[in-house]
Amino acid sequence: MGAGHAHKLYRHARSPVHELPPHCKLAAVFCFVLVVVATPREAVWAFGLYALLLAAVAGAARVPYGFLLRRLLIEVPFVAFALLMPFVVPGEKVGVLGLSLSEPGLWGAWNILAKGTLGVAASVLLAATTELRALLLGLERLRMPPLLVQIASFMIRYGDVVTDEMRRMRIARESRGFTARGVRHWGVLAKSAGALFIRSYERGERVHLAMVSRGYTGVMPVIDDVTATRAQWTHAAALPLAALAVCLTGWTLT
Amino acid sequence: MHVPDGFINAPVSLATGAVAASAVAVCLRGARRELDERAAPLAGLVAAFIFAVQMLNFPVAAGTSGHLLGGALAAILVGPYTGVLCISVVLLMQGVLFADGGLTALGVNITDMAVVTTVVAYALFRLLAKALPRRRSSVTAAAFVAALVSVPAAAGAFTLIYALGGTTDVPIGKVATAMVGVHVLIGVGEAVITALTVGAVVAVRPDLVYGARGLAKPLEIRRADGTVVPVEVSKAAPRPVRKIAGVGLVLALALAGFVSYYASTSPDGLEKVAHDKGIDTRTEQHAAKDSPLADYQVKDVGDARLSGGLAGVIGVGATLAVGTGVFVVVRRRRNRAESAAPVSETV
Amino acid sequence: MTLSLETPSLEVSGLAFAYPDGHQALFGVDLTVRRGERVALLGPNGAGKTTLVLHLNGILGGGDGSGVGSVRVAGLPVTKPNLAEVRRRVGIVFQDPDDQLFMPTVREDVAFGPAAAGLRGAALEERVHAALERVGMADFADRPPHHLSFGQRRRVAVATVLAMEPEILVLDEPSSNLDPASRRELADILRSLDVTVLMVTHDLPYALELCERSVILSGGVIAADGPTGELLCDEDTMRAHRLELPFGFDPRSVVMGR
Repeated sequence: MGAGHAHKLYRHARSPVHELPPHCKLAAVFCFVLVVVATPREAVWAFGLYALLLAAVAGAARVPYGFLLRRLLIEVPFVAFALLMPFVVPGEKVGVLGLSLSEPGLWGAWNILAKGTLGVAASVLLAATTELRALLLGLERLRMPPLLVQIASFMIRYGDVVTDEMRRMRIARESRGFTARGVRHWGVLAKSAGALFIRSYERGERVHLAMVSRGYTGVMPVIDDVTATRAQWTHAAALPLAALAVCLTGWTLT
Repeated sequence: MHVPDGFINAPVSLATGAVAASAVAVCLRGARRELDERAAPLAGLVAAFIFAVQMLNFPVAAGTSGHLLGGALAAILVGPYTGVLCISVVLLMQGVLFADGGLTALGVNITDMAVVTTVVAYALFRLLAKALPRRRSSVTAAAFVAALVSVPAAAGAFTLIYALGGTTDVPIGKVATAMVGVHVLIGVGEAVITALTVGAVVAVRPDLVYGARGLAKPLEIRRADGTVVPVEVSKAAPRPVRKIAGVGLVLALALAGFVSYYASTSPDGLEKVAHDKGIDTRTEQHAAKDSPLADYQVKDVGDARLSGGLAGVIGVGATLAVGTGVFVVVRRRRNRAESAAPVSETV
Repeated sequence: MTLSLETPSLEVSGLAFAYPDGHQALFGVDLTVRRGERVALLGPNGAGKTTLVLHLNGILGGGDGSGVGSVRVAGLPVTKPNLAEVRRRVGIVFQDPDDQLFMPTVREDVAFGPAAAGLRGAALEERVHAALERVGMADFADRPPHHLSFGQRRRVAVATVLAMEPEILVLDEPSSNLDPASRRELADILRSLDVTVLMVTHDLPYALELCERSVILSGGVIAADGPTGELLCDEDTMRAHRLELPFGFDPRSVVMGR
């Protein structure tokens, strides 16, 4: 595959992880996150092991750790929520650095931070090693309804086109000396949004004409078919299976 | 409001996933019916539009800005079915491509941000559009109210899910108050922008606004002497719309009841409930009676977490069963109505 | 297919059409395009050019009762049961390549038409490669369309239609928004193709350069039909149909290279 399909998170490289079929990776990541979510929060060491597992995958995928860590910032709003917990959750108080914090609150914060971070890291790894197009094929292979896959692929194809139109409209506004500074200017922005909707909808109609002209009858023709060998499934399953082992150990020990 | 992994426990995540999947399945059929083979390109472009509009920042004051969530806007512009699909696809792509919102929380995110906002907004919108005079300004006003309510409704839905499967025992009263409080504020912004945007579209291409389709002037026939005879158009109001409106209203009422119930209960009372690990729930009369979640901890099961989870699964399962039941009944009635339709036409 | 050379690529006769809102766009169009011809369809805005084009592959009309007259593509009437074959035979290149290129990659976009017609596997790849080769875009197969320049997108749009091996290529404003170099490259490509071409355009020098014959559609009927050079020199006809040559352009002074 060429250099196409770079989305923000994708990092082009050749690695065993990049070469796994997309539906295997999607299934593996989903099962992994599910296992993580089902792990008892008291098994602190288990989350450490999960992090090591992900680090190993990142290493195999040649995804730099700095890149991975930067992408984790997306969770920040929920970190704030988690940090509030020790203060608002009722329960036994413990003194930490002179603050009186609730113990269940601390556990709750830990639970959300650990599981949320591992979830984001796993998703980032998936996105970093899988091209957009492949992700869609993978979702289709995993029995996502074809209409939904089509909608998603149109959204991705035209996301940039629509965003570009929005940018041009902003430039047009600003060239006429308008900058939105407060609530008073919402009307103008909303008019732009309305115009953007009309343009998008009309483009949708034209795209439909172009599709019909080339023989579209409501079903996307099969052009690429992704398949996975047993060996590839086994490789992809390594991550969730290892995690499952950790999780089960966690449940028996706590 | 993109919920990450680990916020909601695994059983409830899976159950909401099932709820979201069935809602999306219903909408896929609905969208096919509304848009036939144009469904894919049109819904795709509208999803791209919602995606872009979420990036459009609206300055609030002194450097802060907010952005549109888009559920109400999508519902009013393209109809409830296509609206749900568009927002769901946006959420799915945000989760898979940008790690925004956890994969296991996808069901939660789709349920509250795509399904609840869209359905509640559309139901309110239809109701108001019916009640208000048939004017363009009514469309704008209805859009305002619909968007205003849809955001706290989503927050309420989230609180409900959190009550069933939240991983931390934050008192639900506090969660409800905080979530709904904050989202009422967000809802005001959402409402203003949605109303203005819908107003802008109605002014230029009223035919594109799904929710304003009833506004077109009826055909009229002019007689030679100048008298005007309005053409009798068969009142074939699309039944699915009524169904959606009904479901949405019930949903909105249930949420409202739930939220107000918890928000008005004193947090201290609830703290006690949470703290007493379910054994004392029976004695806390006011917290246990009349609540839709009265049994959110199953009796006779010692372990609080387990019982909570179990109750969650049972509760969601029951909701699913009821929901499916409603759809089956509606489907059957529609089938009967359809088979009866040709007869009534020939009469 | 065993069609004699005498069967015209396109035969439109007595075509009239009104939109559902009552606006009538075509008032009896007769047009025959022989195989291998390149014809320019000229006319002012609102003359019904787009309406006519949408009839050629049955998006409008097609025996749904909203119009009269008939369209035949290589002898095959444009009617509901024939639509799939008609759409394979008539390749329309729309004005905005972003509308035409709706798939995630160039390769998949070019493959869309043939795949919808049932082609699979190696034969499909072969077809896609050949079509991209003909417009000089074979190196861009795996690129997403929005990463290409406008001229490149227009060329890929032509390839998406060529991949269906059409009987007739219909281009809507092919030279619009192109810089001079892209414009010339596209002209070279179009000249190198051995298919029938119907080109809707306002770009009169382009019509003169590429098409030996032009027809003027005005007010929903064919108002003039003849060699492009002669039509462009006929000042009365030109003025009557709101057609104007660019400043300083004299069709008489153009020495045709053919």
